[in-house]
Amino acid sequence: MYAGRRLNACSRALKPFLQRRYASQASSEARLNKPIDFKKTAVLHQSQNSARTAYGLSQDAPVDWVNLHGAINASLHHALKSDENVLLFGEDVAFGGVFRCSKGLSDEFGTSRVFNTPLCEQGIVGFAIGCAAEGMKPVAEIQFADYVYPAFDQLVNEAAKFRYREGATGGHCGGLVVRMPCGSVGHGALYHSQSPESLFTHVPGLRVVMPRSPSQAKGLLTASILNSNDPVIFMEPKILYRAAEEFVPRDPYTLPLDKAEVLKQGKDLTVISYGQPLYLCSAAIEALEKEIKGLSIELVDLRAIYPWDRATILESVNKTGRAVVVHESMYNAGVGAEVAASIQEGAFLRLEAPVARVTGWSTHPGLIFEKFNIPDITSKPMPP
Amino acid sequence: MKSRAVLRPLAASCRYKHGVLLRRSGIRWASDTWSAGPAQKAGSDSVHFPGALKSKFTSTMRFQNPAEENAMPTYRIMDADGNIVDTTRDPQSASDDEIIQWYRTMLTVSIMDLIAFEAQRQGRFSFYMVSAGEEGIAVGSASALTPEDVCFLQYREQGVLLHRGFTLKEMMSQLFSNKDDNGKGRNMPVHYGSGKHNVHTISSPLATQIPQAAGAAYALKMQRLLNPNVPPRIVACYFGEGAASEGDFHAALNIAATKSCPIVFVCRNNGFAISTASIEQYKGDGIASRGLGYGIDTIRVDGNDIFAVRAVMLEARKRALEGDCKPILVEAMSYRVSHHSTSDDSFAYRAKREVEEWKRRDNPITRLRKWMEKKGIWDEDKEKEARASIRKEVLREFSAAEKVKKPPVRAMFEDVYEELTPETRAHMKELKRIIEKYPKEYSGISEYEGGLKSLEE
Repeated sequence: MYAGRRLNACSRALKPFLQRRYASQASSEARLNKPIDFKKTAVLHQSQNSARTAYGLSQDAPVDWVNLHGAINASLHHALKSDENVLLFGEDVAFGGVFRCSKGLSDEFGTSRVFNTPLCEQGIVGFAIGCAAEGMKPVAEIQFADYVYPAFDQLVNEAAKFRYREGATGGHCGGLVVRMPCGSVGHGALYHSQSPESLFTHVPGLRVVMPRSPSQAKGLLTASILNSNDPVIFMEPKILYRAAEEFVPRDPYTLPLDKAEVLKQGKDLTVISYGQPLYLCSAAIEALEKEIKGLSIELVDLRAIYPWDRATILESVNKTGRAVVVHESMYNAGVGAEVAASIQEGAFLRLEAPVARVTGWSTHPGLIFEKFNIPDITSKPMPP
Repeated sequence: MKSRAVLRPLAASCRYKHGVLLRRSGIRWASDTWSAGPAQKAGSDSVHFPGALKSKFTSTMRFQNPAEENAMPTYRIMDADGNIVDTTRDPQSASDDEIIQWYRTMLTVSIMDLIAFEAQRQGRFSFYMVSAGEEGIAVGSASALTPEDVCFLQYREQGVLLHRGFTLKEMMSQLFSNKDDNGKGRNMPVHYGSGKHNVHTISSPLATQIPQAAGAAYALKMQRLLNPNVPPRIVACYFGEGAASEGDFHAALNIAATKSCPIVFVCRNNGFAISTASIEQYKGDGIASRGLGYGIDTIRVDGNDIFAVRAVMLEARKRALEGDCKPILVEAMSYRVSHHSTSDDSFAYRAKREVEEWKRRDNPITRLRKWMEKKGIWDEDKEKEARASIRKEVLREFSAAEKVKKPPVRAMFEDVYEELTPETRAHMKELKRIIEKYPKEYSGISEYEGGLKSLEE
């Protein structure tokens, strides 16, 4: 299985055209479910001024056209350069990583700071916790989120509880960041498609963050490594590594790790999602607003999966009176369940309809069935 | 092998857009980690397979049978009667006063165990684990460490803490979970920790501390590279032979070796993991035999011989810090004289006679006492006085700790994250409201420092 995993990963990295063919799932007659046009979607900064405005920069601030793995690389580069305590390690990170996120970093910063570990996820995370416990800022990479489970004990029983059990000794592993590619990619099947964020949201002591775009990833990852003094689970939607390109501010910046962001104002319905599905939500909203005159839908990126931003979500739903939560991972006990329950508690008198959830089905991500499993533009909420 | 730069332009379709912060776009440079292994030479009598560079070819088919190998010997300096058997080495390397202090520390652990075990039986706290028979491993190894060295423990190393300066008051505060407990009342008894003495708080999941210790050792190594004024430090990591069966043990030793970490792994092999005897735990030659497989310098030592443990630890520490640093594995052999914990009756799975023979014939306290008496620095009067004064001190701290208030209830919510989250603040407020509404249901709150007020913003 590991050999297959490695082969698959390297194969994808080296054969972009092959991957592109697989990635295109839409049939030729499809009207709604066309491939996401990343050059037009409103989720990305399509112009330099769009990026400058969003990040409060002056009109002459430099911005670059960057994809997701490039933005992550820029963030890691900045962190390694600005703080000697930052380390980056995991399987295959030294040559640049199987998704190229660490390209060039071991050459520039040396193999004592950017290095390969033996192939053992529980070892990677345990080692990283120990580094953080002594004041370093380790960025541990788990090659695919699907393989984080061997490290689950270290994350849940150790990293999350380290500061709490140390108490007055002052010990903690706040410098820890665990990065992992996640989410569907067209052909990842059971072990290269998972999105396990909801498992970590049931663990007090860990921050769980998922960016939607290159510029978001750069700010959120920089904050996770350099500003956060809590362990962070940083999840990277891998289908976006090269597909999502936008203008990104060149200078370093950070984004808050506990705040949602309203991407589009609306008054009739609130759509809440995070990561890759936001692009589908944006396309679906555009299609609906075109079809129904006067319809006005608000789109919110949750961003901070836990601890999450209840205030922003409740403010939005109390305004619109309706909510839909969308995520790729499965229905039962997903992030949508927590968000829906909180909306029901916090906006009960305002709700005009039950909170709807649009999610993956309660099954495994089978290879040739991905098109039928992943929420898409035609997906309808489960009837209550 | 010196690294060789390989200039290989990537395919045009893979070239990155300008602006991404890369050292050089479109070019891949080989680095140390990519250096090619040597090719197999024609006619050579040794292997150049990248996976085993120093192996010689052979035409004889032979499976290496571990049962045919000699077991790794057990190093000792002093025999069970307190006689020096390794005459090539100064057994002391410490003053008489220091040795007497080690003895008193071991006695303190032993006497505290008796008192605390009884207290748990009386229901005065919830749980206790005795370390009878293993006091020598803890104190002997701790005596070889510097105050700046960092320790990761399992749970039967009270002697390490005491030797490093952890006080009886601090121990009792932890057992009673009172407001002076470093752990703020959150951990089961015997899960001690001390920032002042560089001992990380003990946690219950077995072996998780082992890869953490490897990472901590790597951090210490890096910090000294960054700032040469930092003194050389090692990590000492303790675990039992049962914990060595966990996957984390494998993870830790492997990465400690590949990353050359300055760490000494100390395995207390006391023959049992609760009811599971070693014969059901492993089939190889103990834990020490595994160290070689990871490329780790390894030694087996008589855990009942405090001099041997100390000498081994001094040497291990020295070697761990040599050159580019490296891990060392020490397997200290001993016998668990006590039940596993206050939740265990070990006579359900082993003969009482076996235990009593170990108690009587050989244990670290008895052995050192014999040596001290032969040397003339200890006698019956000193023994009685020491036991009486230690017992008195333990009981005094016991009584004092039992009277101290519990931590504020607020501590239940703090330190989950660095800061309280809005969700947690709402939960504190709700708990306060519930206690105010049903005061009789929570009348014990007055025993917690600050009572209900501690839940206020």
